[in-house]
Amino acid sequence: MTTTPQAVRRASPRSRRPADAPVATAAAPVADPSAGLLPATEPVRLLDPSGTPLPARDDYPEPPVAELRELYRRMVVGRRFDIQATALTKQGKLAVYPSSRGQEACQVGAVLALREGDWVFPTYRESMALTARGIDPVEVLTLLRGDWHCGYDPAAMRTAPQCTPLATQCVHAAGLAYGEAYQGRDTVALAFIGDGATSEGDFHEGLNFAAVFKAPVVFFVQNNKYAISVPLSRQTAAPSLAYKGVGYGVPSEQVDGNDPVAVLAVLTRAVQHARSGRGPFLIEAHTYRMEAHTNADDATRYRDGAEVDAWRDRDPVARLETYLRERGELDDAAVAAIAEQAEAYAADLRERMHDKPAVDPMSLFDHVYAEPTPQLVEQREQVRAELAADSDQEGAR
Amino acid sequence: MATTTMAKALNAALADAMADDERVLVFGEDVGQLGGVFRITDGLQARFGDKRCFDTPLAESGIVGFAVGLAMTGLRPVVEMQFDAFGYPAFEQIASHVAKLRNRTRGALSVPIVIRVPYAGGIGGVEHHCDSSEAYYAHTPGLKVVTPATVDDAYSLLREAIEDPDPVVFMEPKKLYFSSAEAELPARTAPFGKAVVRRAGTDATLVAYGPAVPVALEAAEAAREEGWDLEVVDVRSIVPFDDATVTASVRRTGRCVVIQEAQGFAGVGAEIAARVQERCFHALHAPVLRVSGLDIPYPAPMLEHTHLPSVDRVLDTVARLQWDDQPDSRWVAA
Ligand SMILES: Cc1ncc(C[n+]2csc(CCOP(=O)(O)OP(=O)(O)O)c2C)c(N)n1
Ligand SMILES: [Mg+2]
Repeated sequence: MTTTPQAVRRASPRSRRPADAPVATAAAPVADPSAGLLPATEPVRLLDPSGTPLPARDDYPEPPVAELRELYRRMVVGRRFDIQATALTKQGKLAVYPSSRGQEACQVGAVLALREGDWVFPTYRESMALTARGIDPVEVLTLLRGDWHCGYDPAAMRTAPQCTPLATQCVHAAGLAYGEAYQGRDTVALAFIGDGATSEGDFHEGLNFAAVFKAPVVFFVQNNKYAISVPLSRQTAAPSLAYKGVGYGVPSEQVDGNDPVAVLAVLTRAVQHARSGRGPFLIEAHTYRMEAHTNADDATRYRDGAEVDAWRDRDPVARLETYLRERGELDDAAVAAIAEQAEAYAADLRERMHDKPAVDPMSLFDHVYAEPTPQLVEQREQVRAELAADSDQEGAR
Repeated sequence: MATTTMAKALNAALADAMADDERVLVFGEDVGQLGGVFRITDGLQARFGDKRCFDTPLAESGIVGFAVGLAMTGLRPVVEMQFDAFGYPAFEQIASHVAKLRNRTRGALSVPIVIRVPYAGGIGGVEHHCDSSEAYYAHTPGLKVVTPATVDDAYSLLREAIEDPDPVVFMEPKKLYFSSAEAELPARTAPFGKAVVRRAGTDATLVAYGPAVPVALEAAEAAREEGWDLEVVDVRSIVPFDDATVTASVRRTGRCVVIQEAQGFAGVGAEIAARVQERCFHALHAPVLRVSGLDIPYPAPMLEHTHLPSVDRVLDTVARLQWDDQPDSRWVAA
């Protein structure tokens, strides 16, 4: 860039201009460069915590009631799944489980806003989102059961493997969304991310790449207030995580993450924004995980019971149920039928998780490369011989 | 046959790959209009358009992670890390995703990405421009790691890297970019997983790769005066590694020196030395020795010649291969 005297001179008359002089408008308007980018200071909310509807909003029309009923159904099933998975850890059937109880509206609302052909980039927290997307719960739990890493077929399910290295999935989502658009397909990619992970570089690189390449990505931050034990105040000094979009030219919105109607409405609009070619969108959902980080964590060391209790009053499932009942869209019979579905889902999962899965040490060498290297072939033969020797010994006994 | 440089051969390989396969996209920092700081992508944007060869934000993790997403859609990304040491921000993406996605998903996803890394020294580069980072990649299962030492190989290995179903870290020896040779492109040389005997000899085997290969060849020439007839094996393909060619050579000669430019400790040369020792023990007349860079952060330009393996250091090492069948005095306890 030039810093010639001309450039300096050109800039200076403006400061000498009388306050009432008309501003030249020939050049591009310089009004407020962040206009349209700064998120509203208040999260979008369409139901109050008790489930009473708030005044309707033009910008966020309420989703069709059939979608809300389906949202409710999947949230109930999702919660039951989550409770079942937690129980499986106690029975030693899962190595570990990060619960997302309390985050049902976010987990289910996000996937409901997508088409089947869209892509999801989940983290370890998103087991419930994946079951809501229709992935077999046993395959979702493969990672946590420990018989392999990713249990489902990501290409078939349009869902990337659950991502543990924090925020790294954000750049994948940007690349995939751009690659799809590049090939003329109107796929949207939705990247889940936690509040803590917004401090990682890849969150920022993902936002920036998506913005620069106008990739159709929805970055969906579930701000559940903690990263394991570290509170949000240690992640950022920004007014809200949604503000992080401004620096990248990415529009954003905050939403009450425990208001299922608002979550679905905001997600739906963000997905439309991305699909219509206007680039990425960032959402911060304010929510709370009711359980510890995982079953192995002791949350009492960093948060007190009163805080958790306060969030019980904002339960997303109860909130939606109240609302749908008030509207006459749900009655005792329907609620009971859905609860029964949820029980059946959990019972089926329990049963299929009962026996230890078969694992085959020989499969360790299968997918390191498209074809194993000579060194892997050697190691495979060594392991084969070891296993054969072991089983001979077993046989001799 | 025309004389061409390694840089031009690499450029031709990229251009030919892009012409043959429209899924190939080339991107990175300054690779577009400028043609890369080493001009390896020169002219690609003009010829193929800015959708197929483009600049990105300056963010190496982003570049590689973006490539992962693109590869998931069936495209074939070829990315450039501007310099070896500037590839480190991408290491998490490379180690945790690029290398593992196939395995994590039992083959449902694969990410055939080529990560081009101009590497190593000998060009008088200032701090952070001359690292030999190959061991980090070679230590990571799921990655292939190749490095050319000749103009033909530069072309052929890069074409193969782009066609390969697995991710490839393609290490380009900076000091050889402007080395030239007679070459008829498009050339196809030995495939991945094959080492090549560059010079036949009977007395000892020098095993080298990338920037160390010319040093090994020069040393072998000089060794004739000392009465040694040395064989030189160019590894080319660090992963997958060609044990067969290397061990066949050492079994013939009975002596082996491994030469690498990188610092020695826990390096690729250490792995090669161990493999040779395991496989050739009874054929060896002397321990396998190594010549490598010193175990120091890459030195400032005016000191790099002391660090880099030199012909003299190679010859001194060859001299220690127990030609008189006496133990190496260095290792005899005082
Ligand atoms: C790069 C990286 N660093 C550290 C960790 C360990 N770790 C796993 S989850 C977690 C907390 C993340 O918190 P947040 O992003 O808020 O998501 P949440 O767990 O609350 O859903 C940490 C530190 C990791 N997985 N990856
Ligand atoms: Mg969190």
